[in-house]
Amino acid sequence: MINNTTSTGAAVSTATGPLEINDLTVAYRDTPVLSDVDLSIPEGKLVAVIGPNGAGKSTLIKAVLGLIPSVAGSVRIYGQPYETQRKLVGYVPQRSSVDWDFPTTALDVVMMGTYGNLGWFKRPGKRQHDQAMASLQQLGMTDYAERQINQLSGGQQQRVFLARALAQDAQIYFMDEPFVGVDATTEKAIVDLLKALQKQGKTVIVVHHDLDSAPEYFDWVVLLNKRLIAAGPFGETFTSDNLRRTYGGAMMAAIKHFEHFEADKGSR
Amino acid sequence: MLELLSDYTLRNVALGSALLGIVSGVLGCFAVLRRQGLLGDALAHAALPGICIAYLLTGSKAPIVLLLGAAASGWLGTLAILQIVKQTRIKEDAALGIVLSVFFATGIVLLTFIARTGHASQAGLDKFLFGQAAALIEEHVITMAILGGLALLVVALLYKEFKALAFDAAFAQSIGLNTNLLSVLLTSLIVVAVVIGLQTVGVVLMAAMLVGPAVAARQWTNRLSVMIGLSALFGALSGVSGAFISISQKNIPTGPMIILSLTLIVLISLFFAPARGLVWEWLQRRRARGNMRVSADLRV
Repeated sequence: MINNTTSTGAAVSTATGPLEINDLTVAYRDTPVLSDVDLSIPEGKLVAVIGPNGAGKSTLIKAVLGLIPSVAGSVRIYGQPYETQRKLVGYVPQRSSVDWDFPTTALDVVMMGTYGNLGWFKRPGKRQHDQAMASLQQLGMTDYAERQINQLSGGQQQRVFLARALAQDAQIYFMDEPFVGVDATTEKAIVDLLKALQKQGKTVIVVHHDLDSAPEYFDWVVLLNKRLIAAGPFGETFTSDNLRRTYGGAMMAAIKHFEHFEADKGSR
Repeated sequence: MLELLSDYTLRNVALGSALLGIVSGVLGCFAVLRRQGLLGDALAHAALPGICIAYLLTGSKAPIVLLLGAAASGWLGTLAILQIVKQTRIKEDAALGIVLSVFFATGIVLLTFIARTGHASQAGLDKFLFGQAAALIEEHVITMAILGGLALLVVALLYKEFKALAFDAAFAQSIGLNTNLLSVLLTSLIVVAVVIGLQTVGVVLMAAMLVGPAVAARQWTNRLSVMIGLSALFGALSGVSGAFISISQKNIPTGPMIILSLTLIVLISLFFAPARGLVWEWLQRRRARGNMRVSADLRV
């Protein structure tokens, strides 16, 4: 059993995994959007959450973080309920969930990632400022620190969101479609970030929309379509059978992706 | 006319309208950034029956009594909107329209009833429709100062929390900020801002006092702190100028005069602000087109 500590000094025990979900059910007005999800993610994995539109991928993340109420089930972060473990969890929401015309700079947004440790009434100080600048640097955004967020491109905005999550200095990260609509430079920056996080032993769970790049960027996959279809390492889980069960009607397109994957696997 | 007005009245009017301008300017920024501008409108209209009922119950027209009544029914209106959206399939804009109209209509009926029964001191309640700065007495200004001061203090203390809430409520909740509590608190402060302004601007036009200064201020800056400061300034300017014009011309109600001053500020900001102003954008487009024409000519 390894005991790590994050830089905020919170002791992290790996006796129970970073994420344990049991029987999670989420409903919207009596219609279940997620049913009976049982999921256990091991530490240090880069996990892609994949499924068709409306499969409940974003819903899963929001329910885990308590942002939407769940009808049944429990979520454990390193063995404890989420509410007591917030400091260990980082979150990157969908870029479209925010009004980017809000009057604030990139640095200001990243500093919001440090608010969780500040407490009521206290103002962010030099330490938060330096932490935020370090996070921006890791995403290659130092030059844009004082830029208004409405002057940033989509990829730059995404990197600001990622820097904000980095500033949270968490142990497990949830990201909601970070690769959507970003340029090649940003895509590379995100992949580099994922690898760096994995090197530090952190766990990252990412809602991903692109079946082609998923096996390349991630080592675990969670296949979701209102229920959990399958979860595990790409090799054993990303099968044509599982994809058929996940994508149903869009089966043919999914099979094509699988064949692509198989071909690449052979050439690797 | 002006010589007839005592220093006392002028002082109260100036202080009162500046106060209301500052408070609605500051809180209006958060309302606008959270897309809750219309909520301010519903709040103001919903306050009318509360004022009437407070008077009917206590027989008193003391500012604190009427303002408490206004706040209570304003808050009730907000809760009604929330419940309608939650329990029925009606969307927020329709719920707003329904609650605003029902509450306001009830208020008008109550006002008429009060007028008909001919209570000796009933004159003055209908001034809450469009505001009457001349009716401001020291007691009003003191109440406004205390309530307004408290509201501004809370905003100063919780600035970073309100900013996080307004920008990205989901993320704020995920890092442990109690977004429900903060949201309720912010709405309550907006109720305070509305209630402070009701006597001077009136129920019908109070929404503009929340939205106008913030919209104008946004044109001139990209920083939230500067936006709030400018919004307070614009609110105070329009409040004071509108109030003074209104009391120097006997029959003009104050609310419309303040809003007209505010409209001038908003129009100037919309057209002439650098970077975001319409004139500036038009000039930029012309310059760009000119450059294209020049390079096209050179190619020939």
